[in-house]
Amino acid sequence: MSVISFSRTILKNLFSKPVTRLYPAVPREYPARTRGQIGIDIDSCIFCGICSKKCPTGAITVDKAATSWSIERFGCIQCGACTEVCPKKCLSMLTNYTDPQPKKSVDLYTKTPAEPEKPVEVSPAEKKEQ
Amino acid sequence: MATRSIVPFGPQHPVLPEPIHLDLVLEDETVVEAIPSIGFIHRGLEKLVEKKDFNEYVYVAERICGICSFMHGMGYCEAVEHVMGIEIPDRAKYLRTIWCEMSRIHSHLLWLGLLADGFGFESLFMESWRMREKILDMFEYSTGGRVIFSVNKIGGQRKDMDDEMIRNFVTILSGMEKDLRLLARTFLDDYAVKSRLQGVGILTAQQAHDLGAVGPFMRASGIALDTRKRGYAAYGDLDFEPIISNIGDSYARTDVRINEIFQSIDLIRQAAAKIPAGEVAVPVKGFPKGEYFMRVEQPRGEALYYVRSNGTKFLERMRVRTPTFANLPGLIEVLKGCQLADVPILILTIDPCISCTER
Repeated sequence: MSVISFSRTILKNLFSKPVTRLYPAVPREYPARTRGQIGIDIDSCIFCGICSKKCPTGAITVDKAATSWSIERFGCIQCGACTEVCPKKCLSMLTNYTDPQPKKSVDLYTKTPAEPEKPVEVSPAEKKEQ
Repeated sequence: MATRSIVPFGPQHPVLPEPIHLDLVLEDETVVEAIPSIGFIHRGLEKLVEKKDFNEYVYVAERICGICSFMHGMGYCEAVEHVMGIEIPDRAKYLRTIWCEMSRIHSHLLWLGLLADGFGFESLFMESWRMREKILDMFEYSTGGRVIFSVNKIGGQRKDMDDEMIRNFVTILSGMEKDLRLLARTFLDDYAVKSRLQGVGILTAQQAHDLGAVGPFMRASGIALDTRKRGYAAYGDLDFEPIISNIGDSYARTDVRINEIFQSIDLIRQAAAKIPAGEVAVPVKGFPKGEYFMRVEQPRGEALYYVRSNGTKFLERMRVRTPTFANLPGLIEVLKGCQLADVPILILTIDPCISCTER
């Protein structure tokens, strides 16, 4: 009978463990492909600006002179277009989502310029030999 | 003579996930006329096609609706591919088919839940949505998103599924099929459910034809028309027949949608067995020039995409005719003569998607 058919489902649900998890006590594990947010390895970035040109929402700004890369987290739609075109593959899609924020903010990453290598001192005598 | 009164229905109403407004003209408790007004969530997405590069517009197209997001993206891509004369790889066609059918399952399960909620069967609603959650998880595993997938691009797909993933999905779906049979029994055999659905809102085949109804709403009235039979994506290689019912009431619409879920599971199984190896995308060069009408069978019915371009990177015109828009005249017809208490259920039986309709 139809009444009994749903009672079976109810009884099954009563004695099985809940299908939901006790978030945030039990954190969610994201699959590897989850499009959470864009991450950048700023040290290998060459500031070519292709990502900002390809971004459909214009969330990425690249400043070559200041060696900085910034992203509007609320403007990003996690399409992954930037990670596909990045020539140095320094952009990546992270699985975790951005934290909730009370204000729209811009995340700025600046590359600290590496110490310029000191030219090796060459004595005038050695120079002559060369 | 009974007194006439007008009861406004919506845009905010517990059964409506999205805003639509109806002025119901009542004679006592009987509806004699329903006057719809739409336009609460118009976003101007069609106009945006003039500002966005035709490749970037894919992201806009899939945001037309949150339920058939994949099919909107795909419909747009296929239209542009036809204009440009691009033949996408076979594997991409099969991937599109699999994701399309997964979207259909998730949309129909969502609708079943909303319907159960509409007639006040809370636990049946929870049960349907619990099942839908599995499909959303599968989407997240394969595309990285639960609602917006961003896997379509002009010339193919942006992501591939390996064989193990497809095999896993088929196993999950087979398990779901068993649960679904139990769920279907409650939807189709339960006395309380039947009393709310049977004989309510009958649309005859002639009316469905004359009013241009589409999708399960039309097929429940006995018209065997399914755009998938035209063979876009990989549907040409798969074996299926449109599911119809000859009764034409709310119960028939539920029956058709439930059977379509089983059909979708079967189609995914067929596609998983036949999917060829190879590339998932071809490189795209140049800009589109010309125009094309693309027809896609969405969970709610046939959607139409029109694309016109002039050889630049911006399209001249892009138009979407969504299934809900086509079903509104049919809805107005079935509302005439029904009781006020049945109005929420009848509105739900066309599976309204107002975001799509207003774009």
